[in-house]
Amino acid sequence: MYGNLVVRPEDIENWGKKIEEEDPEKLAEFEGRIERGEKIEPQDWMPFEYRRQLIRLIEQHAHSEIIGALPEGTWITRAPTFRRKLALMAKVQDEVGHAQLLYSAAETLGKSREQMINDLLSGKSKYSNVFNYPAKTWADTAIIAWLVDAGAIINQTTNSKGSYGPYVRALERICWEESFHLKYGYDSVVYLATGTPKQRAMLQDALNRWWRPIMHFFGPPDTQSVHTEKLIRWKVKLATNDEMRQQFLDMYVPKIWELGLTIPDPNLRKNPETGRWEYSDPDWGEFWRVINGDGPCNKERLAVRRFAEEKGRWVREALRAPHARYVTPLA
Amino acid sequence: MIEVLEILILSLADDELFIGHRHAEWIGLGPILEEDIAFASIAQDETGHAQAYYQILTDLGLPTPDEYAFKREASAFRSAHLVELPNFEYDYGMALMRHFLYDAAEQVRLDALRKSAYEPLAGLAERLLREEKYHWLHARVWIQRLGRSTEEAHHRLQAALDQLFPYAWMLFEEMPHEEKMIEAGWVPPSAELRMRWLEKISPILMEANLAYSEPKADELQAFQGGRHGIRSPYFDSLYAEMTEVSASDPEAEW
Repeated sequence: MYGNLVVRPEDIENWGKKIEEEDPEKLAEFEGRIERGEKIEPQDWMPFEYRRQLIRLIEQHAHSEIIGALPEGTWITRAPTFRRKLALMAKVQDEVGHAQLLYSAAETLGKSREQMINDLLSGKSKYSNVFNYPAKTWADTAIIAWLVDAGAIINQTTNSKGSYGPYVRALERICWEESFHLKYGYDSVVYLATGTPKQRAMLQDALNRWWRPIMHFFGPPDTQSVHTEKLIRWKVKLATNDEMRQQFLDMYVPKIWELGLTIPDPNLRKNPETGRWEYSDPDWGEFWRVINGDGPCNKERLAVRRFAEEKGRWVREALRAPHARYVTPLA
Repeated sequence: MIEVLEILILSLADDELFIGHRHAEWIGLGPILEEDIAFASIAQDETGHAQAYYQILTDLGLPTPDEYAFKREASAFRSAHLVELPNFEYDYGMALMRHFLYDAAEQVRLDALRKSAYEPLAGLAERLLREEKYHWLHARVWIQRLGRSTEEAHHRLQAALDQLFPYAWMLFEEMPHEEKMIEAGWVPPSAELRMRWLEKISPILMEANLAYSEPKADELQAFQGGRHGIRSPYFDSLYAEMTEVSASDPEAEW
């Protein structure tokens, strides 16, 4: 319906095969290509497990973009000036545009956008945990646009060195746009940090509430993260969760401190000997609870998506109607 | 004469401000992603246009765009009630029909303003038309496509047209002191623009088998007054939301 390249599972000879059932020669050739830094394209042979992992990864990323549009989107109609209103609209529009790009990339692997959205709505596929927290004030939008987007850039820049062509190309464009969001977010944060006492209090409160979800953003510690080795060999994953978290802390903690803000973790410090950041346990129990559906906004986010899906059903049906034909040239 | 100019510019700008605001509500909630993006893009254009109109007044020593948009008494707004209407529980048929009726009116208005004797307005109209072209294309294609698709789609569009038509009619409500604006060569009479608007929308609606009837004067009571400072019942909640942050700390810079 959306006119993208959709690969059908029935056209893929090794659909559903376990890795040990794959043709060893083809598998060796595939791994050789990745090792040489070549990109895998939709028509190329790939083990089913690679396909499955990529669909999972790209789909989750796409869902994160549309769900991520919701907490910030509600603040567009409340934005306090023309400048902020226009920028926020453009930013949230970008996020939805990223979802569109990513769904298209995933469709090249054999899963349609409809299937992906159905799996989102049924809870079968996930999205980034960070969007299960509420954006309570205007300052939350500033923190999200700065620090959550900063996290996303680290994650996505890393992934953009990956092996699957369509995903890599989508990520390159996404990172380019995200870098504008970061500038917008930082600018908003600076205005609040240097503003009235009320604004500064609002900003500190937002940082207090968002710090833990941001620490969770890069995923569980490497000691708890499963099946990383094979994904790294296939260049589906390019860095571990802890590596990305360290990179984030290195880049942003000094900037946060520079603004006179307090990070709500008394144990946060860079160990001069190891060169690594040390921090309190950000409660990984909470991370798993939220990912499994018990966060402050899980139900609300999915309810809004279901509502939109339901409300728009007649439009999609009308677009599919066989007698719906253009009668005159459009332009 | 500056008061008369302000009435004209605010009538144009306030419409853009609120239609942009309402369209932006679709981001994240459209029937397909492509429409979230389209409405978001149109919303940005319209909001930017409002700002550009207010700026004409700012350049004459009047308030800034932010002051006009975020710090004004309800009775000082001059928007048509059409743009204040909510999105009715995210009824895409209503959103699309409003977009169609409104952007047809915009096309007609801007086309006339290009020839305005008031230079800053003529220049701006020329610039805005370049963006508006795409709004009109988007609205028209969707009406044509959905109007000839399923029975449900057709039914929804017809219901939206029935409900919105009198509101859209009042986009061309005569403005206070309009005779002075006409005499100055700033704008043609609103009634004349309305005729051009009807000529623009009629063939497309007809092709989609959608019908309207022209409202009689005595039926318009509930829809008029927008240009004269009378607000629709939907205004207060809209404006409370729009100014929620800016009013929370009026001295702050954001």
